[in-house]
Amino acid sequence: MPERALRLNGPSLEIVERCDGQRSVQQIITELQQIYSKAEPKKVETDILDYLARLNDQRAIDFA
Amino acid sequence: MSTAVSNPLALIAELTHRCPLHCVYCSNPIELQNHANELPTETWIRVFKEAAELGVMQADLTGGEPLARTDILDLVRTARTSGLYVNLITSGLPLDEARLAKLLDAGLDHLQLSFQGAREETANEISGTKAHAQKLRVLDWLKQVRVAVTLNFVIHRNNIDQIEQMLALAESSSATRVEFANVQYYGWAFANRERLLPTRAQLDRSVETLKSAQARLRGKIRIEYVVPDYYAKFPKPCMGGWGRKLMLITPTGEALPCHAAQIIPGFRFENVKENTLREIWETSPAFQKFRGEDWMQAPCKTCDRREQDFGGCRCQALLLAGDASATDPVCSLTPTRAKVDAIIAAVNNGAHVEQTLTTPDWLYRPNPT
Repeated sequence: MPERALRLNGPSLEIVERCDGQRSVQQIITELQQIYSKAEPKKVETDILDYLARLNDQRAIDFA
Repeated sequence: MSTAVSNPLALIAELTHRCPLHCVYCSNPIELQNHANELPTETWIRVFKEAAELGVMQADLTGGEPLARTDILDLVRTARTSGLYVNLITSGLPLDEARLAKLLDAGLDHLQLSFQGAREETANEISGTKAHAQKLRVLDWLKQVRVAVTLNFVIHRNNIDQIEQMLALAESSSATRVEFANVQYYGWAFANRERLLPTRAQLDRSVETLKSAQARLRGKIRIEYVVPDYYAKFPKPCMGGWGRKLMLITPTGEALPCHAAQIIPGFRFENVKENTLREIWETSPAFQKFRGEDWMQAPCKTCDRREQDFGGCRCQALLLAGDASATDPVCSLTPTRAKVDAIIAAVNNGAHVEQTLTTPDWLYRPNPT
């Protein structure tokens, strides 16, 4: 983004990597739930939706 | 504070001081550099590669008007293939649809288009050029292509009351980010300051309008605004600190920590024709001069905010206090704040407020030969 950079690691990197114009939000959630299989699936979903909403507010991503 | 210097994140490539506009708020230095002395293509290509190696993430191609360079496509292409996020900061004047397409093919990531007003008469008066209509055409072309767009509205007393119209213009465009950037007083803006500084009432109204627009447009457009720091209580962390986050290269190749640094006497700034970016970033005495805390005077030296705002802006300390090592006079904790208060009082109480655009004594920024 102009004048800003996101420092991505761990989950945030995994989410952003998957914002590829091909995957649906649900696919991203499912994939991350598989990777973070020890975490509460509902929490993974909520965290991802919150994070994507924040990125959208910053206009770093768009939902197609 | 740590003495190790982390790498710069942005490179501001001031490709030329040539420009078809003559904006009265231009932040370029009063001493504009000649066309004849501009760096050749090969040098900029080398600079972009060195920047990427140094860890720079973003290249801002600016000027003057960067599109005045006939090698701009090569420069965009190299910056992109070197791994930099490429941002073009332009007036839009030298663009047409074909040229825009070529820039995107070359790998342009982002385009920032300047606006001098929402109304044509104001915009053309401020830029000293009939530029506004062309900018509107550029907005139309941008809607047909895929590139990240920021609109930059430069704000001052003569157009701060047009913010609602500016917002309407932004909303009808494809921009996902809009900056309402109050003029900062360096270069030509400093010379024209009496005519540019808004009143407190104007500023308060603008902040209210923009705060509510930010909320309303969340998720669609990111609105950023910068108020004139003369009206703030504490100074801005200028450039993220001297020699901390970015490096600027002038059209003739001087490496500076910011666009105004050459006004500070006693400095020798290195040139990219003679040194690598890494050498300059890591060993330049000029870059080192205001890093860390050792250079700080009271009250900065012991202030809780020193790692937050770094004592403000060195160039502004020079301009307003006559000493680049002094606390930025914007700071309410320093006695020189009285100077800033006097400037604000003159604008808010004086006859300046009654000035209209029909009797300007603007100092217009010329196009260097």
